[in-house]
Amino acid sequence: MIVANRKTLEEILTMLKPYKKILLLGCNECVTVCATGGEREVGVLASEIKLSRAKEGQEIEVREQTLERQCDHEYIDQVRPFVGDYEAILSIACGAGIQYVAEKYRNKVVLPGVNTTFLGVTLEQGVWSERCQGCGECVLHLTGGVCPIARCAKSLLNGPCGGSSNGKCEVDKELECAWQLIVDRLKELNQMDKYEEIIPIKDWTTSRDGGPRKRIREDLRL
Amino acid sequence: MRLSYPTNVKIVKVPCTGRVDILLILKAFESGVDGVYLAGCLEGECHFLRGNLRAKKRVQYVKTLLDEVGLGAGRVEIYNMSSAQGQRFSEVAREMTEKIRALGPSPAKKKVRA
Ligand code: SF4
Ligand code: SF4
Repeated sequence: MIVANRKTLEEILTMLKPYKKILLLGCNECVTVCATGGEREVGVLASEIKLSRAKEGQEIEVREQTLERQCDHEYIDQVRPFVGDYEAILSIACGAGIQYVAEKYRNKVVLPGVNTTFLGVTLEQGVWSERCQGCGECVLHLTGGVCPIARCAKSLLNGPCGGSSNGKCEVDKELECAWQLIVDRLKELNQMDKYEEIIPIKDWTTSRDGGPRKRIREDLRL
Repeated sequence: MRLSYPTNVKIVKVPCTGRVDILLILKAFESGVDGVYLAGCLEGECHFLRGNLRAKKRVQYVKTLLDEVGLGAGRVEIYNMSSAQGQRFSEVAREMTEKIRALGPSPAKKKVRA
């Protein structure tokens, strides 16, 4: 899932300063699962905003709405009948959702209420961890199913580096060294021969270096 | 026992403090209360095992929110007592009332639009 963190209330209030009537938009997908931008978080944020503004004696009207997804236009269209009643939209979906809302309502100010952070997994209730950077050319078959791009601090393709000690990364003692994890897993799988092979220099044009990416399935297009 | 407690304390019954969502507490502040406290069972005695422990964490979280909002963390608390401790119940009601009285009315009082 896409994992995001809420911006601080202070940042949000600063963005909202000029407005008295806002539409607060959540999303029912990833940001609901990582407890940042779902219906509950929309409720809590709306309440925080209203209380803060009431305290300042500057009332604000906050309409709460949580869309099925903010990355598909049919859902974004659902707010079209009343979006005109609001001065600004505060979105707590991921960066993709926030941008798509901004694209669809070009004359509306659309503000981000979260910092979109990573693609990851739920380690346990309330704990999420990064797993993938969407590099566009997956190497998990070579690395025992552990991603060296997202999980090694240096994105080394042939690790570990000299900073790996007792299974931890030199960047942070709490952080597991991805290459230790890779070696451990390759051993478990009896695939240490893969570790012997040098992974060639990566073509980063499939990643962000090639500019924004697009995917087209001609057969699905209408 | 016929114990009395301050009349300003309004009781909202829930099946377990574990039922008390963050939003419920915030809504109470939106409706203009000056403080909220949870009266939960003694730790280790929850009928639902961890309800009161979860409530404790949520109260801690709401404290951070109230600080961010500027109402102050002290306006929300959790107390633990058994249903046999009527004396403690009225004592806590008094204690919390005094604490909130010292903090004064909520600065967001009655100004919040629904
Ligand atoms: S190799 Fe690339 S696509 Fe595969 S998990 Fe890592 S970042 Fe994601
Ligand atoms: S210690 Fe391991 S995870 Fe950290 S940078 Fe070196 S190889 Fe990568």
